[in-house]
Amino acid sequence: MTVRTVLTVAALTLQEAARRRVLRSLGVLTIVLLALSAWGFSRIDAEFGGLTSGEARLVAALVLNLVMFGLSLIAALGTAFLAGPTLAGDIESGAALAILARPVRRFAVLLGKWAGLVVFGAGFVTVAGLAQLLVVRVTVGYWPPGPVTGLALLAAQTIVLLTLGLLLSSISSPMASGVVAVGLFGATWIAGVVGAFGTALDNEGVARVGTVSRMLLPTDGLWRGAMNAFQDPTVLMQFGPAMQGHPFLSDASLTGTYLAWAGLWITLVLALTALLFRRRDL
Amino acid sequence: MTGPTTERGGAAPGQGGAAPDHGGTAIGHGGTGPERDGGVGPDAAARLLAELPPAPAAWCSGLRKRYRRRSAVDGVSFTVDRGEVVGLLGPNGAGKTTVIKMLLGLVRPDAGEVLLLGRPASDPRSRARVGYLPELFRYQPWLTAAEVLALHVRLAGTAVPAHERRECLAAVSLADRADDRVGGFSKGMQQRLGLAVALVARPELVVLDEPTSALDPLGRADVRDLLLSLKARGVAVLLNSHLIGEVERVCDRVVILDKGQVAAAGTLAELLGRRELRLRLDGVDERAHDRLAAAGPLTQEGNLFTVTLPTEPEPTCVPDLVTDLVGLGVRVHAVEPARVSLEERLLAILRTGGDRR
Repeated sequence: MTVRTVLTVAALTLQEAARRRVLRSLGVLTIVLLALSAWGFSRIDAEFGGLTSGEARLVAALVLNLVMFGLSLIAALGTAFLAGPTLAGDIESGAALAILARPVRRFAVLLGKWAGLVVFGAGFVTVAGLAQLLVVRVTVGYWPPGPVTGLALLAAQTIVLLTLGLLLSSISSPMASGVVAVGLFGATWIAGVVGAFGTALDNEGVARVGTVSRMLLPTDGLWRGAMNAFQDPTVLMQFGPAMQGHPFLSDASLTGTYLAWAGLWITLVLALTALLFRRRDL
Repeated sequence: MTGPTTERGGAAPGQGGAAPDHGGTAIGHGGTGPERDGGVGPDAAARLLAELPPAPAAWCSGLRKRYRRRSAVDGVSFTVDRGEVVGLLGPNGAGKTTVIKMLLGLVRPDAGEVLLLGRPASDPRSRARVGYLPELFRYQPWLTAAEVLALHVRLAGTAVPAHERRECLAAVSLADRADDRVGGFSKGMQQRLGLAVALVARPELVVLDEPTSALDPLGRADVRDLLLSLKARGVAVLLNSHLIGEVERVCDRVVILDKGQVAAAGTLAELLGRRELRLRLDGVDERAHDRLAAAGPLTQEGNLFTVTLPTEPEPTCVPDLVTDLVGLGVRVHAVEPARVSLEERLLAILRTGGDRR
């Protein structure tokens, strides 16, 4: 019964994403970003012909990470504004009443929505990210060292954010939950940048800002891991200290412990959402 | 306060042996079942269970719910027997919708127990054969009407073939809109779709919360016919409606809620049992007046006299009264039997209830 409910609701969530305007808006935004980046990369190749190969790699990795950040922002906005309405919106409109009066467990409905959003968000990031990598390959001939790891971490970042979006939507209105989720995502990114500067300047207090924020909301940590997988490892060795603390370069790959924490974080937040949703009067 | 009537054992037609898993839990909670006797063997116990009347379609006891300081529902208990149509009446804010939501597990009661079709409401399987039309009806606007029904059939875990789902849409006059998206439907059409959703998974209990609020007079008549056909098929219905006329026409029993409590409950005959006799008379002297008063409590407005007759009057009561009045020289212009309408009874109950508290 529970598995059937999860699958049915997951399919319904995917159908919702496909039939609502979210998908179209996401598609248009992504195509605009891809086109702009293709044009930009082709200009890099044309204008900076005099760069050494190391410099060219550095620029390519840097700009790739910048564009990937744009892409992850689109994914974040898309999933956060899809995750919000899917739960809070259903409760507010009354659509949840007819569904939850069926022989279903609320946890199964929640898990179904989450699974649908995961497939949607991860699918989007994979397809759009791969397209971006191909654009870079064609325009400047750069291919990142860990494309699969990078895309997987980007997808994980999206999953973290949509899980947060679901938690917020179980306690607040659809719009508020989307706005707060994206706001927290942005705040963590800024805290991450601040922390990186702290590391570069050997200021422990400032560096801790980044560490703590990466623990509280793992989006930035996963994003830094993804950046690390997209950039050429020789770049940082070559330019070393000069590039420390750069917001679009990462000097370390992720540890297994951090990945485990991210997984645990998702589980805990989902469990908390289930608890809140179970107790909620409709 | 009139307690809820508990006329159990009204086995619905066609329900007798259809629900082997019902009796145990229901009777266990109801506290009347013999199957808990330690010495009964499994076969004997199974036989006993099979012989028991099926558990009521819905049973609730001592339901309470507070929202912050305000008490929304305070000790509500009632039963909907198999195949019975029960009307839930009461003024706005009486707690009707909250009670319905507690029955369906949508609102957590602070106290009290609920059994649906013999299973505790905390078990989602209790809702497998329950159809529900919420007061706030809304269905996925990006799905077509046929897809909404397919979704609910999947969630209910019942195999309902496509042609049966189409018939269900046809029953609410939406057959030609099956492949249109719900987003383009009017309020009334969405409510009709909601009715189809409530009926599609072969329910044994249907809970309808204000099913005609968005419907035109024709739609209301359709809903009435639908309710009567459910009743004929032995499907139990719990109906919350402000349209007292509808309730009076289709319901077997009525539960009246006021300020979160059951103000009265019973069959229509029990609630509306009082009959009245209205007479337009001339030349009523003291003796004739006494004769009228002897028949029952009397009120007078000009030459119009209203006598409230006992619940079950003697068959000769009215002709005897008329003969006596004529014998006393009274000129009789009109004699009309009248029945208290449910609306009058409801208002009377709510007003006296208000005075009492």
